[in-house]
Amino acid sequence: MTRIIDHPILGKLDDREIITFQFDGNTYEAYENETIAAALLANGIRKLRAHEGSGTPRGIYCNIGHCMECRVTVNDQANVRACLTVVKKNMVVESGKQHPNIVKRLVEQQ
Amino acid sequence: MSDVIVIGGGPAGLAGAIACAKSGLNVSVVDEFIKPGGRLLGQLHREPSGEWWNGIKESERLHQEARKLSVDIRCGVSVYNLEKENQLWNVYTNQGTLTAPFVLVATGAAEYPIPLPGWTLPGVMSIGAAQVMTNVHRVQVGKKGVIIGANILAFAILNELQLAGITVDRIVLPERNQISQTAGEPEEVMKSLLNAAHLAPSPFLRFGSRFMRRDWIRKVGLNFYPKNGVKINGTPLQLRKAAVEIIGKDHVEGVRLADIDANGTIIAGSETIYEADFVCIAGGLYPLAELTAIAGCPFQYIPELGGHVPHHSETMETPLKGLFVAGNITGIESGKIAMAQGTTAGLSIAKHAGKGAGTIDEQLQQALKNVRTVRRHAAIQFNPEIDSGRSRMNQLWEDLYATSIEQ
Ligand SMILES: Cc1cc2nc3c(=O)[nH]c(=O)nc-3n(C[C@H](O)[C@H](O)[C@H](O)COP(=O)(O)OP(=O)(O)OC[C@H]3O[C@@H](n4cnc5c(N)ncnc54)[C@H](O)[C@@H]3O)c2cc1C
Ligand code: FES
Repeated sequence: MTRIIDHPILGKLDDREIITFQFDGNTYEAYENETIAAALLANGIRKLRAHEGSGTPRGIYCNIGHCMECRVTVNDQANVRACLTVVKKNMVVESGKQHPNIVKRLVEQQ
Repeated sequence: MSDVIVIGGGPAGLAGAIACAKSGLNVSVVDEFIKPGGRLLGQLHREPSGEWWNGIKESERLHQEARKLSVDIRCGVSVYNLEKENQLWNVYTNQGTLTAPFVLVATGAAEYPIPLPGWTLPGVMSIGAAQVMTNVHRVQVGKKGVIIGANILAFAILNELQLAGITVDRIVLPERNQISQTAGEPEEVMKSLLNAAHLAPSPFLRFGSRFMRRDWIRKVGLNFYPKNGVKINGTPLQLRKAAVEIIGKDHVEGVRLADIDANGTIIAGSETIYEADFVCIAGGLYPLAELTAIAGCPFQYIPELGGHVPHHSETMETPLKGLFVAGNITGIESGKIAMAQGTTAGLSIAKHAGKGAGTIDEQLQQALKNVRTVRRHAAIQFNPEIDSGRSRMNQLWEDLYATSIEQ
């Protein structure tokens, strides 16, 4: 998605440091002091995880920490809210994954 | 140890911290967002005076003032529990436990969701999420979107998206059901828009509000309501269309809309899919008050205030000794009012802590007066019946607690 560099009222934003971080094994650029969610959206990425049960895609919903929809794994720590967490240089971010459901699979196989 | 821990560094919390610190108290503020300012950060609208209300600037001003007074502000800290032990409050956070005799809970508001098929797709977000992404993070939420829900916050944020060069294709209503309730009924929506006549988002409604006070005129008005909607700065407000489904595989690709009658009933065979790459759901705001509930504070349901609110006095104390509240946790109102309430709460804490030598009652009265003045001149008011909601809580407090506290 496009960044809003020039804003008619809020002014220009062009003096920020650029850093790189990883999401699901790929390297992306981010601005210093922005959230993981903002950096990923700026890179065109909306999907932050798969629902643990159904595997359906999920992204941000509230963007301010209330809904828990944006949970990702950050440097091996699971269930971190992407909308509240500042992206850091060389941070390793992984999307949330669907969990294996053994019972469901057994039922499906029958 | 601090004298006061403020939970939430929005306008209410920061103003409260400033008032406490000015009275000589030692204050810590914790907030889970990346910077102080709360929901004030995203706000950007024009005042009736023509001046811009720039939430980022206002937040910076409050932040600087608090820092000058040596208020300790910690961001990225989430509070998950609040408990009293030996006359002291324990504030449990993801970074350890803080303890103080006084706590000000100023956690603000959250958005009511309106679930509909497809709403979990990436690209669907609350209207406030779009505000924060646009004005705080400065990333476009999409190229072309649809807003579901026609209320004052939706219109304020529509304007902010437009300012940032983002196209909002249309504003439509949610499908009428048990969750959306009156937000899905064109006549009720029209009524609420007309109630805030001076804030009405389009000339059609501002003009109409003078005429449409009577029920039957309003019905006729809705029948004549243009099928394609009235335009708000280029975006059609379609009160006779409802969103029935959000379409897409891995992300939003479109929205299925249906025509509805004045009561919100879907007209069979009228469904059409409109392309979009993002959707904002505007369900309205409610006080985010869980922490006061965990602490043991009694609640009252007052719809004019946005839902369930903790019992509190006009001077922002709760029935629990040492526990104070301010801002949207006490009822949904705009940022300036939250700030004025924060100041009141801060002075109230100073009074209970024995500070303010002789002048504290006078300062507190002044602060209360200021809350009423700011409320009267508010450019944005979320509920037209706010005064009656506030009176109800004040009356409740008088009835339940006033006498026992005087003893
Ligand atoms: C999404 C959204 C958009 C809004 N937009 C507008 C607008 O455009 N115009 C307008 O007039 N009003 C708007 N409002 C209303 C807004 O609530 C008030 O204007 C004002 O910001 C309320 O101030 P406050 O200090 O009570 O709460 P807030 O400004 O919400 O501040 C509360 C702070 O508490 C923090 N917090 C909450 N829970 C915890 C916790 N458990 N641990 C740590 N920190 C916590 C939050 O991170 C936040 O920074 C909006 C509200 C929301 C929710
Ligand atoms: S998007 Fe809701 S918690 Fe992050």
